[in-house]
Amino acid sequence: MITAGIDMGSKTVKVVIIRDGEIIGKAKTLAGFEAGGAAEQAFAQALDEAGIAIDDVEAIVATGAGRKNAPYSTRDITEVGGDARGVIRLFPSARTVLDVGAEEGRAIRCTEDGKVLDFALNEKCAAGAGAFTESMSRALEVPVEELGPMSLKSTKSIPMNAQCAVFAESEVVTLVHLKTPKPDIARAVHDAIASRIVSLARKVGYEPDVVLIGGVAHNPGFVDSLERALECKVIIPENPEFIGAYGAALAAAEA
Amino acid sequence: MATKQLYQTRPLECWGKAKAIREQYYRDYATAHERGGLRWAGGAWTFGAIPAGLGDDVWSITSEPYAASIAANKDFSMRCLEATERAGYARDLCSYMRNYWGSVILDEYLWGGEFPKPDFIWQDHICCSHAKWYQVVSDLEGGIPSFCIDVSVGPYETVNERKIDYLVGQMHDGIEWLEKVTGRKYDDEKLIQAVYNECRATAVWADVCTLNKAIPAPLEEKTMYSLYVLGTLMKHSKQVADFYEELRDEVRDRVADRIGAIPNEQCRLMSDTQPPWGFLSLFRYLEKYGAVSVGSLYTFGLIGVWEVKPDGTWGPRTTPQELGIEITDRDQALRILADWNLSKPEWQHFYSPHLKTDMMVRIAREWSLNGVMLHYNRGCEGLSLGIAENRLGLIEAGFPVMTFEGNMGDEREFDLTKTMARVDAFMETLGFKKEG
Repeated sequence: MITAGIDMGSKTVKVVIIRDGEIIGKAKTLAGFEAGGAAEQAFAQALDEAGIAIDDVEAIVATGAGRKNAPYSTRDITEVGGDARGVIRLFPSARTVLDVGAEEGRAIRCTEDGKVLDFALNEKCAAGAGAFTESMSRALEVPVEELGPMSLKSTKSIPMNAQCAVFAESEVVTLVHLKTPKPDIARAVHDAIASRIVSLARKVGYEPDVVLIGGVAHNPGFVDSLERALECKVIIPENPEFIGAYGAALAAAEA
Repeated sequence: MATKQLYQTRPLECWGKAKAIREQYYRDYATAHERGGLRWAGGAWTFGAIPAGLGDDVWSITSEPYAASIAANKDFSMRCLEATERAGYARDLCSYMRNYWGSVILDEYLWGGEFPKPDFIWQDHICCSHAKWYQVVSDLEGGIPSFCIDVSVGPYETVNERKIDYLVGQMHDGIEWLEKVTGRKYDDEKLIQAVYNECRATAVWADVCTLNKAIPAPLEEKTMYSLYVLGTLMKHSKQVADFYEELRDEVRDRVADRIGAIPNEQCRLMSDTQPPWGFLSLFRYLEKYGAVSVGSLYTFGLIGVWEVKPDGTWGPRTTPQELGIEITDRDQALRILADWNLSKPEWQHFYSPHLKTDMMVRIAREWSLNGVMLHYNRGCEGLSLGIAENRLGLIEAGFPVMTFEGNMGDEREFDLTKTMARVDAFMETLGFKKEG
């Protein structure tokens, strides 16, 4: 059975097409102001990669913040449901899912069959999400993709206490004015995000295996900070930002 | 897809009457002086039965429901909050207090005209904010005589005669003070009737809430907010006690006829603490899932007075009149009033979150709930204190919990869209699908 999942994220749209649970096509585009059009574009690319036509796809389920505006889909599920399904299919031993996307961080505790026992989401502030690293990279005048490797060069922990992205940015500016080395500031930024995410994880009562998904999982500096804060290793799938869409595609194959 | 019609539903017949009583209350307070009467201000928790002994022409404004009414009017609320902040008060104080102060500072009454200055303040100290609230009001209004009763005697399970004496001694002092500041002679018979009324009103409200154990629930919480509020305005009045009996009779009929609050009930929830008053549409959103909030410790226990019945379940506390107790003098009336109020559920968790968890788990079990929706209310320290521990206790007892952050009276601290997204995820985890 061929099904598809569309993850209408706040920054990017991800599409995954699966055949009997195996990914045969995937694509990602920037959501922009016309997320519907972006989703159509991503869907076309994923179909190309899979080498099939849209009529070959038997069911399509949407997830993500903009899921109500997804094209083609006949049903939608929440990000929590999509994440849990996707992760448990790939890692049956996973009991905790941490998803750090552009605008939202979430922690999910689930059973071996993907049933969600509890979940926690970040509140109104983006200090526990990817958008925060982007704004901090601008403040440091460092490309965002370099922020992670740069922070790994630091061995110094500088606490950032602000619980708000805006106030945290002013802390970074202060550190810049104090001539603090950029790697130390980068590590402080990642430690701050990790502390928010671990706070969510503690709220649901995390237990191993812990799987990290979402675009921020590509950032090695954040992963290092998170593992230090959790005091355990996290599992990162090959394409961590596609797991929500993969879970939606799995949901499409259900009943 | 149309909403499933699992149960018959119909509007409450006494709904219009409830609205009229509330409107009249605020008008009566504003116009009291025109009729030669007195105005007093104090919290919804205060011992309102005591000033009733000054006469039938004495009208009150209770601070929390007034502030909640402001909060529901977002434009006026924002002007009040900003006025309070301009005056130098911090933004993280109790949001009821900030709305109320703003109305005083702007000298604008929500029901029109200037803010009607009270003749005296009659308050009790249930939390830090209540202790300071009217000190500031008195200062802002140029000095209004104030009397406060300290109620910090511990949870009801520890109450003894010595603790009752502590409250009753203050009440006796308060009556002497009332006579002095108003120049009126105190009428003990009116006090006695007010105490009877209060016991009747608060027990009957608990009875109404008990009826919501039925499936389908005859009432949902958004409606209950508009009904329990009458008790927060004047729980000692005959009018409210009579109205609650009329309401109770109608709700009994709804239960007998299986009339539901919503037509598609399939999921039963409770909330906690004051809701974000400007966003009660959240409760309507639940209905898309066939979910009904059947109440909360807050709606049940702020006005309702309860007891454990012989079968072990919660029900309305037996009133002195039901026990055949005849109140014959001031001291007896005050002792009953003190004991009655100290047994109120909402009073207990100021002393320990574990007491609150026990009551919440009881509600979750007896009202057959599928889950709980906790409001981490940044606007009220008193009622939010310990709520994270309540969450753990509920989860341990087997009840799924969703939390959301917000503020009962400051819309800047609540995000409706995100909260609805959170409801979506919670409903999905509980296995309920949206209809329509």
